[in-house]
Amino acid sequence: MSVRVYVPRDTSALACGADEVAAAINAEASRRGITIELVRNGSRGLCWLEPLVEVETTEGRIGFGPVSVDTVGELFDAGFPNANSHALSLGLVEDLAWLKKQQRVCFSRNGIIDPISLEDFEAHGGWQGARRALAMRPQDIVSAVTESGLRGRGGAAFPCGIKWQTVHDQLVAQKFIVCNADEGDSGTFSDRMILEGDPYRLIEGMLIAGLACGANQGFVYLRSEYPLARQIFVQALERAREAGWLGTNVADSGRAFDIDLRIGAGAYICGEETSLLESLEGKRGQVRFKPPLPAIKGLFGQPTVINNLITLASVPDILVNGAEWYRDLGYGRSRGTLPIQLTGNIRCGGLVELGFGVSLRELLYDYGGGSASGRPIRAVQVGGPLGAYLPESQFDTLIDYEAFAAIDAMLGHGGIVVFDDTVDMTEQARFAMEFCAIESCGKCTPCRIGSRRGVEVIERLRQGVDAAANRALLESLCDTMQHGSLCALGGLTPLPVKSALAHFSEDFQPRPPA
Amino acid sequence: MKPVAKSSSASNPLDADMHLRLEGIITPMAAMPGALLPILHAVQDAFGHVPPACVPLIANALNLSRAEVHGVISFYHDFRSTPPGRHVLKLCRAEACQARGARELEAQLVSRLGIGFHETTADGSITLEPVYCLGNCACAPTAMLDGTVHGRLSTERMASLLDSCGVKK
Repeated sequence: MSVRVYVPRDTSALACGADEVAAAINAEASRRGITIELVRNGSRGLCWLEPLVEVETTEGRIGFGPVSVDTVGELFDAGFPNANSHALSLGLVEDLAWLKKQQRVCFSRNGIIDPISLEDFEAHGGWQGARRALAMRPQDIVSAVTESGLRGRGGAAFPCGIKWQTVHDQLVAQKFIVCNADEGDSGTFSDRMILEGDPYRLIEGMLIAGLACGANQGFVYLRSEYPLARQIFVQALERAREAGWLGTNVADSGRAFDIDLRIGAGAYICGEETSLLESLEGKRGQVRFKPPLPAIKGLFGQPTVINNLITLASVPDILVNGAEWYRDLGYGRSRGTLPIQLTGNIRCGGLVELGFGVSLRELLYDYGGGSASGRPIRAVQVGGPLGAYLPESQFDTLIDYEAFAAIDAMLGHGGIVVFDDTVDMTEQARFAMEFCAIESCGKCTPCRIGSRRGVEVIERLRQGVDAAANRALLESLCDTMQHGSLCALGGLTPLPVKSALAHFSEDFQPRPPA
Repeated sequence: MKPVAKSSSASNPLDADMHLRLEGIITPMAAMPGALLPILHAVQDAFGHVPPACVPLIANALNLSRAEVHGVISFYHDFRSTPPGRHVLKLCRAEACQARGARELEAQLVSRLGIGFHETTADGSITLEPVYCLGNCACAPTAMLDGTVHGRLSTERMASLLDSCGVKK
């Protein structure tokens, strides 16, 4: 009997050599006359262990990691696939505390199934939410989402149910469901992991949204920086269509729903919803004025639900387990789970999905194991390039939208970037402005011009030129950008800058010339 | 002396073969809603860049002005109007990679290649581009060489990537 061996086909695993490891395992097995069945799964999100190779046994899956091409031979010498005594053996993967303590909802199947196998998907609970939805009145689906307390996971945390209700209530023939998969924040990759590791989950979530709101066409707007996610999702769309889960007669229900995949072109601003819609229409990705809201006048002027990928991926489980079950996870007004991404200078980086309410400190030290460099953690940026830099004194803040807002920070899409004590916060503040200047859509002046002036002012501060005056100027500029910009890019760029000034002011003191 | 062909592709008219290939790309896609980005991606996939001489054809097929098509091409970082080098190296400059040494890699590239971002080495071997996140943030720093993502890069590993592109030491 052949042993089943799993080697992830996921961007991070591949970036660390998973394809080469898979080839080496195949070659070594056939050289030694061992029959194995090699499955390419998605990633479990234990990124520091990638490539994480797993072997199926009667007790469960035994993990090995991080495996490199050079260690494959030794693993076989130690008896691989039965090499439990080898130094790289992690024991049962499901028993690893890092994974066991998590509350995986969106990521329940990631790393476990073959991502494009419909059989695997169905055997692990796939389509159950869609089947429920097909038997429900549209209003009941919307109400379930409203009652679950699910809020937008893209960063704005807007109640998902209100958006769906608004689109549901529009008496128009053509409506759209748009998935925002333009995951541009540094320190985030949860959208990518769903597309690469459990793509039918998104298809199911979008189908449910379509049934709820009366839309028969969906669009996924995926960033071009994710070529593997694109490749896997294209395959998933084809197979779902063949299996009758997309098309003119979804699961023989007489209802129609299909999804079109569109690729971005390297513009960060297209993660902003109205700019994304412009881009989908084939235009420059420039932000629209609101109102009208996309829910009333969105893509091609039609009522449109535009949700982040994780929001849509959360929906199937809400329908299966009930709104109450989902609402009972979480903390305060932040209900359900958030896939948190631990990144940057962190020893055990990866994806941690937990109900809201865990502290930043627990994530950084209990899960993350401190910095990768072994030096003290000095600053963490939460919520992407527009998120605040937090000092050690704020590490007890709980993962909760309101708790973060209360300290002038934001959770965003759940990305946490860790910096050790070698970081120069003036450089980080300068980069925040530089990034805004590079990615500004150009529509409003505070963002387009303010960010350029911001770079210059911070540069003068770094050089110790007229420190007091330039600091006052920077604060005033931040104020203008924050209150005068059309969208969150210009409006939130001051967050990292002001937090750097507030919490790491020692870096901004004039320094002796080097 | 023989006349030297103009090197700028901007002034190069489309030859018959290119014209045909272009029509083969545009015609089947022209009717789809929001066709411009998909068409520009397809043109760039086919030719390695979007030759400026394509613009009138695309504009005509989509009933847009040339200015509108040009405006879209120039808005998005991905689209280029001139051919890239034989290899394209995209270095992630975003925060998670900064925290793991991306600035050192940037300095190494600029010094060894003798070019900055958005530039191509004189021998045409490599084009250097910045990218802001490749979604490999827990295994940083990261770069993408000809579409393949490389993580946990050290200066040594970056050096061997450059060697593999035939960059002079």
